[in-house]
Amino acid sequence: MKHYSDLEFLRLSKGQRIGYKIGSFFYGIPRAIAGLFIKLWNLLKAAGLTVVREIQDICATFVKGDWKTKISFVIMGFGSLARGQALRGLLFLLFEVVFIGYMVVAGGHWLSLLPSLGKLGPTSEYNLVLDTYTTVYHDNSFKILLYGVLTIFFIIAFIYTWRVNVKQNKISEQILRSGKKLKGSKDDLRSMVDENFHATLLALPMTGIMVFTVMPIVFMVLVAFTNYDGAHNGFSNNLFTWVGLDNFNTLLSWSAGSGGGQSYSATFGEILVWTLIWAFLATFTNYFLGMGVAMMINKKGIRLKKMWRTILVMTVAIPQFISLLYVGKMFARNGLINLSLMNLGWIKEPLPFWEDPTWARISVIVINIWVGIPYLMLITTGILMNIPADLYESARIDGANAWQQYRKITLPYMLFITGPYLLTSFTGNMNNFNVIYLLTGGAPTNPAASGAAGSVGYTDLLITWLFKITTGAESQYYLASVVGIMVFVVVALISLVVYNVLPSIKNEEDYQ
Amino acid sequence: MNEKRHMGLRTLNRISNTTIYILLIIISIIWLLPFIFIVLQSFRVESTYQVGYVIPHEWGWQNYINLWNSDFKRWYLNTFIIALAAAVFITIIQLCMSYTLSRFRFKLRGPLMRFMLILGMFPGMLTMIILYRVLSDLGLTQANAVPGLILVSVASSGMGYYVSKGFFDTIPKSLDEAARVDGATRFQVLYKIILPLAKPIVIYTILTAFMGPWGDFVFARYVAFGTSSGYNVAVGMYSWLTNDQIARMYTTFCAGGVIVAVPVTILFLCLQKYYVEGVTGGAVKG
Repeated sequence: MKHYSDLEFLRLSKGQRIGYKIGSFFYGIPRAIAGLFIKLWNLLKAAGLTVVREIQDICATFVKGDWKTKISFVIMGFGSLARGQALRGLLFLLFEVVFIGYMVVAGGHWLSLLPSLGKLGPTSEYNLVLDTYTTVYHDNSFKILLYGVLTIFFIIAFIYTWRVNVKQNKISEQILRSGKKLKGSKDDLRSMVDENFHATLLALPMTGIMVFTVMPIVFMVLVAFTNYDGAHNGFSNNLFTWVGLDNFNTLLSWSAGSGGGQSYSATFGEILVWTLIWAFLATFTNYFLGMGVAMMINKKGIRLKKMWRTILVMTVAIPQFISLLYVGKMFARNGLINLSLMNLGWIKEPLPFWEDPTWARISVIVINIWVGIPYLMLITTGILMNIPADLYESARIDGANAWQQYRKITLPYMLFITGPYLLTSFTGNMNNFNVIYLLTGGAPTNPAASGAAGSVGYTDLLITWLFKITTGAESQYYLASVVGIMVFVVVALISLVVYNVLPSIKNEEDYQ
Repeated sequence: MNEKRHMGLRTLNRISNTTIYILLIIISIIWLLPFIFIVLQSFRVESTYQVGYVIPHEWGWQNYINLWNSDFKRWYLNTFIIALAAAVFITIIQLCMSYTLSRFRFKLRGPLMRFMLILGMFPGMLTMIILYRVLSDLGLTQANAVPGLILVSVASSGMGYYVSKGFFDTIPKSLDEAARVDGATRFQVLYKIILPLAKPIVIYTILTAFMGPWGDFVFARYVAFGTSSGYNVAVGMYSWLTNDQIARMYTTFCAGGVIVAVPVTILFLCLQKYYVEGVTGGAVKG
């Protein structure tokens, strides 16, 4: 593709410019992807180098270190203890004792079962006391996977702590050699509210995130590579086991699903396309209409500004499940709207707000506007008022009309400031479970997708489909996990692309 | 000539203002109507299902009496406990997180923030299955769902630090530095200088944390499934609108909606100023 210089570009007609921009966007995609791989490769290379350097450093510390340091390689914290840093030394030692104890008592057991996820399922055995056959439970795949993952986390934490322990010794030796004194336990405690105050503050939140977010995500990603479902729950009926990439094959294969109908990949594709359309429309209708309302209220000469705002803001306060469920029922076949219109004689048949696929899709988007505008109004009001007034002043003197002012001043300014917000709101809408589930529950049902897990409907997003798979009759957790990973991939890709385009994200410190 | 043009602009302005007033009135009506309907229907006695008119033919307290006689009291109490606990603990955790990420420049800060950004891209729903199993092993599901829900919502709340971080970013760093020069520890800086300044964002965080549980639906339903005494209002009232109950419970649902919405809305309107400040100040900067 021909590359135009700035001057040549300006000489093009409007249509040609747009064509050129679109062309160069698609032309740039292969290069962007190649760039991504190069970045990834560089990252790997850097990681490899770091590991090599760390190992070199560890060896050097051992060779050059004194006897206290050398013993610390086996007994953690020995060096610190021997050099009078009692608190540090004791903590290191305690961690090592706990780690070894755990590995001997339980960790080793879970780790050894992890590759198979359990060998012996529940069996029926003769019970002498009761004189009948009873079910005896043996291995529990769920627990093996869970504790296996935890054990691996623990091992990583141990390796890291061990490395810190080695480094400590090296630093202490250096300090002593230069003739300074080491910090005592009191100084260590004091640093927790001073130099290391950040660690103190982060300890609790990060522990929570590690245990209740990171660990479950790792676990569920691993489930995508097993056959964990209602029929293989790992304990009371059958064990589950590793199946490699089979589940990804199932979701992306073109062959028809088990119950007839279209293939999983077709269903997945349909839902993905609707999810993207929905996210796009939901984000931008709210954005522009919310901005419009904010501009109306902000306009000079409009009175009772506070009242208009309060009316809209009030609706933010009412819990979503009430407003969504209520409005959803209002538009139902026998709901208030249809019945009233029929009473008035305006229509003979109820309007199919939730029965017809197209009606339903439009309805959720319109109701979502109703839900979202007050919030957007609030956000945009503040920013609109921050636009320097002299910009408009000079534009007016130059003879720009209201539309031109909006196009050339308001919109660019808004897009610049709210760029990151738009991105998060787009991905948030992709995962907007509440609006879809409380309004339609995914209905109307898509008969062609009956072969896929859960009863898929025309308004189902990936996230509501995931929920249906999980809670459906067969509880195909493995499939839910694959869908979840797909959602992640899509969101990550979009974020990555937008991140590289947005100007306002690049420099965080600019805002401070 | 000049005078004429001036007049023209003024009439134009008047026309556009009138249009805006009309539009604003229509918008206000559209936004308020459903809530007026819900209040009116909660007083309707003659039929417990949806009807084709808005103003009740017979007024009465029957729906509120039904509410009092149902499990609603328990659900309300459950939600209130969760909301209170969330308001306290989530606020502490989020403020710790956002203050640290805004103020300190430590080695792992960048990677940590990127890591949490990536974590946030996973659909949270995915983790429901395992969290449920873990909670049920701890005995915190079904009838004991309340502590379980508190635990889970508090534990992962650190991820939502963005808004308050945006606020802390706006407090000048020179304040901290001046105090540090005077010999204050980091802890004293936070306690004596930042916290008093951060009142708006503290109130904002408390308010949003308190309001969240009133609408918490999916996970709450998953955790308490089938055990009415562990429901929160959202889960419980959702069950009234299922196909087999809606004909009997529709107006009761409306009454419940009023009882849930009124206190939360009043609280919200009282603290509106702080909410608006938080949303406009922090939400956009990210």
